[in-house]
Amino acid sequence: MEITETIQRSKQKSNPAGKELTRCYHCGEDCDRSISTDDKYFCCEGCQFVYQLLQQNGLCNYYDLSSTPGIKVKGKFTAERFAYLDNADVQQQLIRFTDGRQTHVSFYLPQMHCASCIWLLENLHTIQKGILYSKTNFQRKEISIAYDPQQTSLRRVVELLAYTGYEPYISFNESEKKKVKKVNRQQLFKIGVAGFCFSNIMMLSFPEYFSSGSIDQPYLQKVFSYLNLILALPVFFYSASGFFISAWKGLRQKWLNIDAPIALAILVTFSRSVYEILTATGPGYFDSMSGIVLFMLAGRWFQDKTYDSFSFDRDYKSYFPLGVTVLKDGAEKIVTINTLQKGDQVLVRNHEMVPADAVLLSEEASVDYSFVSGENTPVLKRKGELIYAGAQQLSGSVMLEVINPVSQSYITQLWNNNDVFKEKKNTEKSFIHPWSRYFTITLLLIAAAAAFFWWMVDPSKILPAVTAALIVACPCSLLLSATFTYGNMLRQFGKNKLYLKNASVIESLAGVTNIVFDKTGTLTQATLADITFDGVPLSQHEINMIGSLAKQSVHPLSRLLTQWLENQFTMSVLPVSFFSEMSGKGTAAMVDGHQVKLGSQAFVAGKQVNEHKAENGTVFVAIDENVRGVFHVHNRYRKGTASMLATLAGKGYSLHVLSGDHAAEHDRLRMLFGQNAILRFNQSPQEKLDYIRALKKDQHGTRVLMLGDGLNDAGALLQSDIGIAVSENISQFTPASDAILDCSQFTKLDRFIAYARSGKRVVTWSFILSILYNIVGLSFAVRAALSPLVAAILMPVSSVSIVLFVTAATSFQARRKGL
Amino acid sequence: MQVVSVLIILIAVSILVAGGFLVAFIWSVKKGQFDDDYTPSVRMLFDDTPAPDEESSVKSKQS
Repeated sequence: MEITETIQRSKQKSNPAGKELTRCYHCGEDCDRSISTDDKYFCCEGCQFVYQLLQQNGLCNYYDLSSTPGIKVKGKFTAERFAYLDNADVQQQLIRFTDGRQTHVSFYLPQMHCASCIWLLENLHTIQKGILYSKTNFQRKEISIAYDPQQTSLRRVVELLAYTGYEPYISFNESEKKKVKKVNRQQLFKIGVAGFCFSNIMMLSFPEYFSSGSIDQPYLQKVFSYLNLILALPVFFYSASGFFISAWKGLRQKWLNIDAPIALAILVTFSRSVYEILTATGPGYFDSMSGIVLFMLAGRWFQDKTYDSFSFDRDYKSYFPLGVTVLKDGAEKIVTINTLQKGDQVLVRNHEMVPADAVLLSEEASVDYSFVSGENTPVLKRKGELIYAGAQQLSGSVMLEVINPVSQSYITQLWNNNDVFKEKKNTEKSFIHPWSRYFTITLLLIAAAAAFFWWMVDPSKILPAVTAALIVACPCSLLLSATFTYGNMLRQFGKNKLYLKNASVIESLAGVTNIVFDKTGTLTQATLADITFDGVPLSQHEINMIGSLAKQSVHPLSRLLTQWLENQFTMSVLPVSFFSEMSGKGTAAMVDGHQVKLGSQAFVAGKQVNEHKAENGTVFVAIDENVRGVFHVHNRYRKGTASMLATLAGKGYSLHVLSGDHAAEHDRLRMLFGQNAILRFNQSPQEKLDYIRALKKDQHGTRVLMLGDGLNDAGALLQSDIGIAVSENISQFTPASDAILDCSQFTKLDRFIAYARSGKRVVTWSFILSILYNIVGLSFAVRAALSPLVAAILMPVSSVSIVLFVTAATSFQARRKGL
Repeated sequence: MQVVSVLIILIAVSILVAGGFLVAFIWSVKKGQFDDDYTPSVRMLFDDTPAPDEESSVKSKQS
């Protein structure tokens, strides 16, 4: 069926009869009973539309698998929204394979969240003819679709996805292009090979263990040793190759990294074992060697299993539209964003983003800069004014003339001018690295001392003692303790909806000294506000009138007001007519026979007020040209923010606020943050970045944690030692950062930091434990009395006990810290 | 000597069996069975809907 018509949200509808609240059958949002199909109620026509579409195709199973699985279709799609997908260049970049009869594409669908989603997405072929099959990967939130290009098109496939609520995330960003998980598979192969060889070597070594080193049949002994040697080859050359490569890279940069002692131990064990077997002087230590390799590989795999569905490395390109409508010689043409040139005339439709710095050609535009500056009140622009890239157009279609190509726009300058975006910042080495260096040096000293001792006493034992020392004192338990501690902590953080990029972020988090907050969207909730009314008390009927009008408006302040009125009063919706909305001024309509006006003082009261003096966050109200008062809209801070900030201040962290907004909230922030905090307002993205840079330079040893939410914080997030992106909806897109935090868990920040610090203690304790094991092993080794049996027992016992210890300790700490 | 040759055969067989498992493991990784360890567990719970036309049979062939 054809589904290119525009989905209209239930804006015009208001039904006085539908007072009783229910939940939308599709998306589960609270709604009245004004929109219904088959005794099922919907919050908006978008949801109703999806239901009808599924019903026509016999796909109502969708609603049986989980209750209210649907996704509310946010905003509107115009028919041209995905027109750029008809462009051959664009198609070529997205399509993975095509032979004219079958085309394969895959998309990232951040909205995928339940079993119903999987079911619907895998049944797309029943809705649209031409789709051959679709297959989802839930954890990576991906869908692969095969379709017949003769029956349908890429654009129509994407439109189908978007209209059912799963708008694909399409990006041409190189860093986000399919990093096919080949690396991960390599790791699994290595573990598999090591596991196979290890278990067989152990089996062949058992006769050796139980006969205390002298098998009656010399022939058998020879077979066993040579089989062991053969089995050890793939472990040494294939499974362990990663350690050698990493150690070699470290050495070339004159850096003894954590893999160096491991590579040394593996190398020594292997050569000594080969020597013993070839000269028939002993059974070798292949069992220990393959065990070490297996445990280490398994540990890394455990730690590296991070969050596939998140992307931590987005730059501005991820936020911009891919296709832009350009007007050339009177004809509309869709071009890709990179080909935009100075002087191009572009058409930006309602709720679309301005792709490049441009001058307004139309009479008027109302733009939302929240994306760029963090300020969330729309700004009115007149003909000839400059609009920066990243602004969202809110009132109809406008024409613009591009004055800067995308890559040189104001917002993208951040990426061009600052080196931070180019270099990786994890240059700081983990505190484990110096430990491993001391360990290696101490070990070499002990081996040298043992060699010296045996040179005096019995030179024939020099080689056995030295090699045994190097074998048994492998720092693998040292490294295992760190990998498993941080691996488990990553999982604990993930359970609490803080998703870290990798394990090294935990250490950075533990070392934080300064904490910088963004205001809008981070400290405050974007969708809720505290509102006070100042003026003549309103009657219930008047409240109904104001609420009914506010409900029609799309302005953020109106939406906040509507929500507040609905929560505070029992509101009933009245019929609204002659509705008009003036961008940047206010809104007016006839409600139940009375004229109601909401908006700025100038608009409502008719007084000429200096625009700069006009107080932000105020909504004046007039009924029948009679000014009744003013609503003061204050940001609402997240619940628990005050106690969290008090805890952080009490622990001696230095707190900062960088807000892109005006200073209206200064006094309340001061109350929350205390006297010592530094508050800055009207900060541009560049100023935020510079502030963090200065903070880091100012004092040595300052570690800055930045929390922000928008693109306006992107620079600061990258410049800081650790940047956490706070998100209302973790499936939505966040700026590049080290971690993504679900906003509902924002007030656990103090506990997160405390937990990160406890991780360091756990690692230290397990180091002490592993050093005790090493002392026991070395005491055998330096006496030249290390039998393969002792080595084969000590190795797994120490590794397994350390893994158990750190897992239990980190889980216990998580509970103690209240996570 | 007879005991010894039996042992050799046994060892050869056991390594062959273990090698078979290793090959099976490598094959399953290559086939992508470890790429996604969640979706298939949900997918198998879905009831088969009556196929509206032949396209769903294409689906099973393709995947």
